Amino acid sequence: MARLRIPSEANTAAWFFLAPALLLIGVFFFLPVAASLLLSVTDFDLYGIADPGNTRFVGLQNYSKLLQTPDFWTALRNTFYFAFVGGPLTIAVALGAALLLSSKLVRFKGLFRTIYFTPFVTTLVAVAIVWRYLYHTRYGLFNYALSYVGIGPIDWLGDPQWAMPAIILMAVWKSFGYNMLIFIAGLQSIPEELYDAAEIDGAGPIRRFFSITLPMLMPTLVFVSVVTMIGYFQLFAEPYVMTQGGPLRSTTSVVLLMYEEGFRWWRMGYAAAIAFVLFVVILIATLLQFRLQKERA
Amino acid sequence: MSSRESVMDSARQRERMTRVLLYALLVIGAVLALLPMVWMVSASLMPSGEASSVPPHFFPSSPTLEHYTNLFTRLNLGRYFLNSAFVAVVVTSASLIINAMAGYAFAKLRFRGRDRLFRVLSTGLVLPVQVAMLPLFLLLKNMGLINTYWGVIIPGLASIFGIFLVRQYALSIPDEMLDAARVDGASELRIFWSIVVPGIMPILATLSIWTFLATWNDFMWPLIVLSDASRYTLPVALANLSGEHVQDIELMMAGSVLTIIPVMLVFLFLQRYYIQGVMAGSVKG
Repeated sequence: MARLRIPSEANTAAWFFLAPALLLIGVFFFLPVAASLLLSVTDFDLYGIADPGNTRFVGLQNYSKLLQTPDFWTALRNTFYFAFVGGPLTIAVALGAALLLSSKLVRFKGLFRTIYFTPFVTTLVAVAIVWRYLYHTRYGLFNYALSYVGIGPIDWLGDPQWAMPAIILMAVWKSFGYNMLIFIAGLQSIPEELYDAAEIDGAGPIRRFFSITLPMLMPTLVFVSVVTMIGYFQLFAEPYVMTQGGPLRSTTSVVLLMYEEGFRWWRMGYAAAIAFVLFVVILIATLLQFRLQKERA
Repeated sequence: MSSRESVMDSARQRERMTRVLLYALLVIGAVLALLPMVWMVSASLMPSGEASSVPPHFFPSSPTLEHYTNLFTRLNLGRYFLNSAFVAVVVTSASLIINAMAGYAFAKLRFRGRDRLFRVLSTGLVLPVQVAMLPLFLLLKNMGLINTYWGVIIPGLASIFGIFLVRQYALSIPDEMLDAARVDGASELRIFWSIVVPGIMPILATLSIWTFLATWNDFMWPLIVLSDASRYTLPVALANLSGEHVQDIELMMAGSVLTIIPVMLVFLFLQRYYIQGVMAGSVKG
């Protein structure tokens, strides 16, 4: 199709509109990301902050040191635990809620949707503090409720076995609402006729779910998984507020470790290496999920 | 006929059973979703020490507002509140304009390298912000912006996600409309303000709510940048207080309530735009 001739000033106008955003994102995001890679091959630390001249190039030393540090592997394992148990759990709860709210038999959908979404908009630090008390061994509501079914007091945040599950539980509560909305949108886009046809063919509700809903929802599911996973790999505020990474480092995440090394001990070269490993992990996880999606389709 | 009626009857009965089950699940879910927040409000009204009684009390025996007054008179919460409000309002309003301009340019203006540039920008969506944090800190330190509000604000002034959202929406503005205005001699800036901005209002509403909530709730970056307590935003101040006042549950709950109230109000009044935006943005994304 023939387009109107582009006026000569169009290019200038475009750059005028783009300049503020590109400048800000370039200088305050892309540049630091690139610099992070450089930082990670130096021994930049407190002396470097005082005088950058004190910084030396150390090659891959930070990385090799990292791989030999048990704390790093613990943090990586904890982060994987959080992402690969918490992520699917969040998605499952979100999908369940979305299916409930998409049923034709139910009314007051808007009200329930709002209620379920509410935890997502709350301030993470504030609710982490609330949950810290809900999890209290002696006077927390969790143990009080469990005592009714005869389950003895659990030291939720003080027991290395339970601390991460406790954080996961809170994260599921906090963030399933967002994924739920996306699933509802995805469910709405599935044509009604498919279900009608399946029903005529005698397919029950479970059969319909697995042979219509789930395949049709695949793109949404991949999108939700990727977004959730990327977010969960960045676990920070929950352990910072609720457990300080403990007990016995059982909730120290990669980002928390990076924060401690970089901004508490000012070992910034070393911390940059940690940040970069996080990036690579997220990148691989993202690519893997897109690959899985492609193979399925 | 009668057998057919009984089939209809049993179908109807099954439907009623299903409906009861669905509502039961929905109500249980709603209770679980709201319980932590209801307890938070309730505990914030309890006299000191009541929230740590065994067995736990769910409602205050004699409600009091003393923790709220304490927070404002003794613990400077009003100051943190204003800090948070200032940062969130500046980031929200400035980033709205900046992202809208860029999103529109990517969607509707024709210039060399546009698509390649947009692809490069999009790769930033999978880059975790934490990767940028260490050098960003050093950069802002050199600019003298560490421990200032601007150190918190500046990195939030433009967002790839925001540009992405605006671009998706702006694609639907008809080119003919813009070209007609150009033929009439309207300047590009004029076209932007009087045609584009009104046209993309819904997504701007969504984006501003999204940005406000995200900025208000943000924790890690303000925690890193701000070292002077008088400049703390609410989440940073709250995390700090919770370390010093672990035993004052009622006080901490009052602080949490005050932190959450603004975002809750924004959400409840504007949820129409917010929820629609989340749903629309995702399907296209």
